Amino acid sequence: MPVREVQASQITETVARLAIEATHFLPEDVEGAIRAARQTEKSPLGVQIIDEILENAEIARNRMLPLCQDTGSAVVYVEIGQDVHIAGGFIADAINEGIRKGYGEGYLRKSMAAKPFSARTNTGDNTPGIIHTEIVPGDAVRILFMPKGGGCENMSRYQNFLPGMGKQAVIDFVCETVDMSGGNPCPPLVIGVGVGGTAEKAMTMAKHSLFRKIGSRSEDPEVAALEDELFDAVNALGVGPQAVGGTTTALDIFVETFPTHITALPVAVNVQCHSARTKEAIL
Amino acid sequence: MSASVAITTPLTDEVIERLNVGDHVSFTGVIYTARDAAHKRLIEMAARGEELPIDLTGQIIYYVGPTPPRPGAVIGSAGPTTAMRLDPYTPRMLELGLKGIIGKGGRGPAVRAAIKQHHALYCIAVGGTGALLNRHIKNATVVAFEDLGTEAIRKLEVENFPAIVVNDCRGNDLLEEGKRQYRTSSRPIPAVQALGG
Repeated sequence: MPVREVQASQITETVARLAIEATHFLPEDVEGAIRAARQTEKSPLGVQIIDEILENAEIARNRMLPLCQDTGSAVVYVEIGQDVHIAGGFIADAINEGIRKGYGEGYLRKSMAAKPFSARTNTGDNTPGIIHTEIVPGDAVRILFMPKGGGCENMSRYQNFLPGMGKQAVIDFVCETVDMSGGNPCPPLVIGVGVGGTAEKAMTMAKHSLFRKIGSRSEDPEVAALEDELFDAVNALGVGPQAVGGTTTALDIFVETFPTHITALPVAVNVQCHSARTKEAIL
Repeated sequence: MSASVAITTPLTDEVIERLNVGDHVSFTGVIYTARDAAHKRLIEMAARGEELPIDLTGQIIYYVGPTPPRPGAVIGSAGPTTAMRLDPYTPRMLELGLKGIIGKGGRGPAVRAAIKQHHALYCIAVGGTGALLNRHIKNATVVAFEDLGTEAIRKLEVENFPAIVVNDCRGNDLLEEGKRQYRTSSRPIPAVQALGG
């Protein structure tokens, strides 16, 4: 198998473009889900909020204004085919250069504070990105970009349960997280859940699941059934759009699982706001 | 759509008195922006007995850190940030004369009590609608702490800026009432919205 060359500069240009597109254009599946929720939401105030969210998406698109002022930490998942050689620079540098370019040229907010427990000086260009790389079969590079806002990210939670506690522990933990976070993460939400693995594996799965399309279900029927059950449980909480009360608390909920240690039942929740911004490209 | 109550800033006690949770309001006039770092500085200045860069009496603070304006624009995307992060500062800000706040999400028990005590108002703008809210901001000038960048204090001139009353001066809370009204789950409601951030 010959090695395919991908230029670092191409990665930079792609990341810059993804940053600008993701922050201005709400994904079609997300907008569709919000439109659908408008038809089912029982709270009149909730419906008004949904209308403003839809109007916002239109204004953002037409006037090239970011959907939300929090243009996020730049979360980048890169799947690198094992037959690819990155030429002309180090991949992480190329990604960070793309973030620098996209957040600068796109008039996006720079929200990264250096020295998290002390000076908290703004890095000035929204770098460094939160970069996850994975080696996969093939000769392509797939870049998944998610500008992740602080309001929702800060509501993330992790807990390990006793191994025998099973699915009820997952449902209770997710519901408790959504209940306690109220309006902070900007509901209606998309909720990512990671079950199994280790602590960091669970949270990475929870975040990764947020790249899925609204309405999609796990290929594992048991996990798909849990996703449906969680969706109903969360939407029965009454939190509603912006937590003013209502029947639309989550637009969808995704679960990823991984085998885990015999002593453990790790559960991680990563919350996404209604401005569930993602964009991907394949090189 | 329920009619919106048009309000010219700054706030008066009479205006605050007639507003109830769930009311739609639209603000016209001057409001100020401030977030975490600006609040910290204002309160430290007050503690040292220094004159504040803005007179808070009757004013409204909007918790926002906008995106940079495109050339020729006055401001970028400008939606609300999580209000609860400012909870540690809010009672003191109300003592200093602040009368209205615009943010997103709920407030903790101490802030709710302080809002009632100081006969003030907490409203939300819809989080994640920074492009829509941009259209209601006609002018923006940095008036203090320019070094804080997006967190600097800005004087905004707004027109029909839309918000919803969440905590009125009588101690009512829209989020609590709303959750109870639409909850079909048998799970007990947590006592307070307990997650920070």
